[in-house]
Amino acid sequence: MKARTHKSTWLIALILGTLFSVQVQAAETIKVGVLHSLSGTMAISETTLKDTMLMLIDEQNKKGGLLGKKLEAVVVDPASDWPLFAEKARELITKNQVAAVFGCWTSVSRKSVLPVFEELNSLLFYPVQYEGEESSRNVFYTGAAPNQQAIPAVDYLMNEMGVKRWVLAGTDYVYPRTTNKILAAYLKAKGVAEKDIMINYTPFGHSDWQSIVADIKKFGNAGKKTAVVSTINGDANVPFYKELGNQGITSDIIPVVAFSVGEEELSGIDTKPLVGHLAAWNYFMSVDSEMNDDFIESWHAFIKNEDRVTNDPMEAHYIGFNIWVKAVEKAGTTDPTAVQDAIIGVTVPNLSGGYSAMMPNHHITKPVLIGEIQDDGQFEVVWQTSGMVAGDAWSDYLQGSKDLVSDWRKPMACGNFNVKTGKCSGK
Amino acid sequence: MTLLFTRQHLFLRLFFFCLSFWAMGHPCLATEDNSQLSHGLSQLIQGNFQRKEEAVKIIATSGDPRAEQILQALLAGKLYRIKRKDTLVYKEGKGKKVAITSVLTGESLGTVKKRAIKKITINNAIRGKLHGQLALINLKNPDSQIRLQAVNKLIPTLSPKSAGTLETLLQTERNDKVREALMTARAIIGLRDTEKPRRLEALDNLQGNLTPSVKNELIRLLTEEQDKEIHNKAQATLNGIQSKIKLYGLIEKLFFGLSLGSVLVLAAIGLAITFGVIGVINMAHGELIMLGAYTTYVIQQLMPNAIGTALLLSIPAAFIVSGATGILIERTVIRFLYGRPLETLLATFGISLILQQTVRTIFSPLNRSVSTPAWMSGSLQLNPVLSLTVNRITILVFALMVFAGLYMTLKKSSIGLQVRAAAQNRSMARAMGIKAARVDALTFGLGSGIAGIAGVALSQLTNVGPNLGQSYIIDSFMVVVFGGVGNLWGTLVGGLTLGVANKFFEPWTGAVLAKIVILVFIILFIQKRPQGLFPQKGRAGA
Amino acid sequence: MVVLKYLKQDRGGMITLGLIALLTIAVPICNLMVPEGNVFHVSTFTMTLLGKYLCYALLALAVDLVWGYLGILSLGHGAFFSLGGYAMGMYLMRQIGSRGVYGNPLLPDFMVFLNWEQLPWFWQGFQWFWFAMLMVVLVPALLAFVFGWFAFRSRVTGVYLSIMTQALTYALLLAFYRNEMGFGGNNGLTDFKDILGFSLQADATRVGLFIASGVALALGYLSCLYITRSRLGRLCTAIRDQEDRVRFIGFKVENIKLWIFTFSAILAGVAGALYVPHVGIINPNEFSPLASIEMVVWVAVGGRATLYGAVVGAIMVNYAKSYLTVAMPDAWLFALGALFVLVTLLLPRGVTGLVRKKEVDA
Repeated sequence: MKARTHKSTWLIALILGTLFSVQVQAAETIKVGVLHSLSGTMAISETTLKDTMLMLIDEQNKKGGLLGKKLEAVVVDPASDWPLFAEKARELITKNQVAAVFGCWTSVSRKSVLPVFEELNSLLFYPVQYEGEESSRNVFYTGAAPNQQAIPAVDYLMNEMGVKRWVLAGTDYVYPRTTNKILAAYLKAKGVAEKDIMINYTPFGHSDWQSIVADIKKFGNAGKKTAVVSTINGDANVPFYKELGNQGITSDIIPVVAFSVGEEELSGIDTKPLVGHLAAWNYFMSVDSEMNDDFIESWHAFIKNEDRVTNDPMEAHYIGFNIWVKAVEKAGTTDPTAVQDAIIGVTVPNLSGGYSAMMPNHHITKPVLIGEIQDDGQFEVVWQTSGMVAGDAWSDYLQGSKDLVSDWRKPMACGNFNVKTGKCSGK
Repeated sequence: MTLLFTRQHLFLRLFFFCLSFWAMGHPCLATEDNSQLSHGLSQLIQGNFQRKEEAVKIIATSGDPRAEQILQALLAGKLYRIKRKDTLVYKEGKGKKVAITSVLTGESLGTVKKRAIKKITINNAIRGKLHGQLALINLKNPDSQIRLQAVNKLIPTLSPKSAGTLETLLQTERNDKVREALMTARAIIGLRDTEKPRRLEALDNLQGNLTPSVKNELIRLLTEEQDKEIHNKAQATLNGIQSKIKLYGLIEKLFFGLSLGSVLVLAAIGLAITFGVIGVINMAHGELIMLGAYTTYVIQQLMPNAIGTALLLSIPAAFIVSGATGILIERTVIRFLYGRPLETLLATFGISLILQQTVRTIFSPLNRSVSTPAWMSGSLQLNPVLSLTVNRITILVFALMVFAGLYMTLKKSSIGLQVRAAAQNRSMARAMGIKAARVDALTFGLGSGIAGIAGVALSQLTNVGPNLGQSYIIDSFMVVVFGGVGNLWGTLVGGLTLGVANKFFEPWTGAVLAKIVILVFIILFIQKRPQGLFPQKGRAGA
Repeated sequence: MVVLKYLKQDRGGMITLGLIALLTIAVPICNLMVPEGNVFHVSTFTMTLLGKYLCYALLALAVDLVWGYLGILSLGHGAFFSLGGYAMGMYLMRQIGSRGVYGNPLLPDFMVFLNWEQLPWFWQGFQWFWFAMLMVVLVPALLAFVFGWFAFRSRVTGVYLSIMTQALTYALLLAFYRNEMGFGGNNGLTDFKDILGFSLQADATRVGLFIASGVALALGYLSCLYITRSRLGRLCTAIRDQEDRVRFIGFKVENIKLWIFTFSAILAGVAGALYVPHVGIINPNEFSPLASIEMVVWVAVGGRATLYGAVVGAIMVNYAKSYLTVAMPDAWLFALGALFVLVTLLLPRGVTGLVRKKEVDA
């Protein structure tokens, strides 16, 4: 009994010791919050973005920091737990007093932190492609809106590949739902018949794709050129592509264009059966530009692994961070309100050889690239928009949102101005 | 410049000339075959995809014996050019240094750094062209299997112009299957014939034909046909085909269900032992599956050139890795908690979190890529509407083998006897001289090892990542509870039943609701029969 | 008041309740009265965090009531918690009114952009606070009652029952993920504006919520104490230890189980309802089996079958979680996992068991 009490006392001491140890903080730095899940289901995607942020901050410090001060990253782990995102965001802003936060991946995590950022008036840079239908004074959307990814991809399939029949397959959550709604409306506007569109939703992490792939195969056997537009999320992709390969659906029969499959996802898939399937992004690692070569080189040096890939959300953070740095320099302060005013119109080079600008609706301009999967897990760009495409907060193809515009410049300063009623709702 | 232009012009004409020859069923015997080929090759080197697309046609119609190999290599992504030299080469092997051979002469050019050569890239349009062109070439291939594929490839693109080619091919073709495919093709063209008897004859020939193009052609015919007799006959033919398709659809669904069920059985059968025989709720079971999958990954990394062998080797390796981990867990944690099943649940849940995070630390949170060997990819085409994927068949058979092996071990071996004895009456077994503690450890190790083997199979179907285990744990519990704890047959029947039920629900409820329906069904079923399908007395089942 | 008599016998409970009362009074004062910068100032962030812990503590009480005293290891209490949360979330959503981004007075935003034409029937009535509160209690209670009615009558016990409760919450998780269900799918309900007319972003409202959580916890504690110390409570313990014997004596075991289980579900539902305005979001992830297992661990860490143990455990583990996810993000799962194993192996009576005398707890 005595020995047991001893053991337990040790345990208690250990727990208490870790709980009450004091954090030492460095003086006179500008703090930058990094809000990405490092554990739980989303760690798979978000850990890389945390490392990207650390690298970008590190490089900025090597260049002399910002406003004469060093930047300091404050990393927290919201553990793929959505309410925890809100809690951690509040902690970053009020306790750690960060100047801006870079983070979130899923829509629900962004929705969870949004009220916090608005209440405490801080800045969030969100680097992932998303469904649109949102514009906040405090959030900057550096990933693609549907018109920067989905619509150009469908245009490509329709015009360059002569696709007549469409399968819209997605995971059952808000991004695929919205994107598919937009696409279905867009396709119908282009004269595609109802019976030539098949929409299918599957749960998160769906792993048994036999019947759905068989259905797609049957749908594609009707004699018209068929393509799959996939908004299937993360983990469900590997079994989906494996099943496609095994059922003999190659890219020249039924091409699949994906919006959530990038280099990092491909690194977990045997890509040989997938060669020729497509993805639409604003950046590919294979893009031929000097900026990109430098970026990849410093990424490999930072992460100390030559095999690591780069991907689109990383570029989004790269652009977002540089825009923020430039805006802070322009404003001369990290005060969120001043930065909000200064940031609109700030232009920085992106990694594909052009320039991306922050628009008044807090989205940025980006090129849209279509790439084909190669057997080495990289994409080969087969098509790209001639210029930059500006992100649309509100889709023109959805009932509720086509009358809304977003412009955060004064005097309008409204994220959802209804042009029909002339009102800014929610105010 | 002008010179080049005229040459190009000349070859274009030559190309059309050859094309017309092909249409008449003669092989193109171009006199300048070599230069046409080299012209095609020079087109290939040009960066843009349109030029490449033209090049494919030029090469394919050059009639040169090397053409096929070049196009195959282009399709397989093995065609490279030496940078700044415009020499086309084939690349062999992987890694930083690769061996290259000249395309034109076929002689070896030694090894070069991978960075010194650049791949000739293609896009989907070109890929489609290549498949089409290769199919044309392959119509004459000595291998009947390849000829059959080529004919099938051609069927959706048929036009009345192809009739001549088909006739010539039919004259020389001896293989029954290829003949059949060619007849189908002929009949499809016949449907478009202007003369009524020919159309009727074509319809006769197409009775019960399952080729997808036939169905599409019939639907087209029904909308366009004016003649009443033909219309009715076409409708009857279509109905016949459709009811046949429905039947095969049912068989396909059954197979899908059994295949899903076999995965469930594999995942659950290890649990059936740890849960059923020694009454331990092992929440870390999923993570032991995950360890098996990672073992497969590691072994494949060690032997990158023998994927198939690596996969076979992974089976015993995963058994050992997961089994050893299981024994370690049993010795350090679980043995202190026997008789307190709810506590084992909590402790093993903690272990599952630790194992997950360990894997995440060692292998990174990213998914790992596990390759499928050639003998496990593709599908077994039984007829045009029914094909069974080879990997699923393999896993179904594998699951049955694992089941049989486990069953025999428990029934026939002395350790199995001891395990069963300890499960039925622990104190009596000890009185008979069975070392119960050792048996417990071995049983737990056995169950864990089987989980590892399941991991090898799952690595061929789904993600190999830290979350792999979590997605199977609840399903596994459901299978074991549904089948009856402590009964292997119950697990087998339970797993397969749930799989098939799920697949039959799916079409009219969607994948998510199907799963919910099954869960609710199990909850209700357990209220009715708390001991599952096949109740048996064990320490947990008593 | 018979409860007070019971409380006198429960020293740990007295201390715990005293601390809760102190917190409920002191924290709001330190937040509103003490100026920022003062050592005694409690930031709104900390207060919201504490408020969340209080909700978790109430939830832990609910779990402890059925596990500690009735021997039912429920791995599905997350379901009751979330249902309560959703009921509250629906009320808060309706309160947004036309202040949503699309300015639709009736439909929440997620329904507008998914083209829902009208409000589904099950959203009716949630514009009234009283109705929502009724649902907070009724929905979890009904689910628990129906589930328990089936399960206890057919004498599903032990691990089977645990796994069934897990299946229950898993099925609900899948269902709530579906967008067709009309509960916002994966995104859940969020971006709340105000409650009973008070802005949720105002410090005063948060103070109110905090006090409400403290009071709810105290009331929950007292009612659990009353149940466990009464004759009913002694029957519960008897069922936990020797179910058959109690049955043979002539008690209706299933009925006792059913009522306690249902009451526990109500407590969990109330905890969920209070939790939602604190964190500002409710989404299907709360239904995940993992979350429900975590709840059980709070109780195990604190000390099963002591009510104050559940409270202490919930607060301790969640504080550790908040702390570790910042201090050592990579180590959080290691720490949590190790906690599970060590507590079950070394501290079967939880941390409060260390200070507790070796008494036989009722």
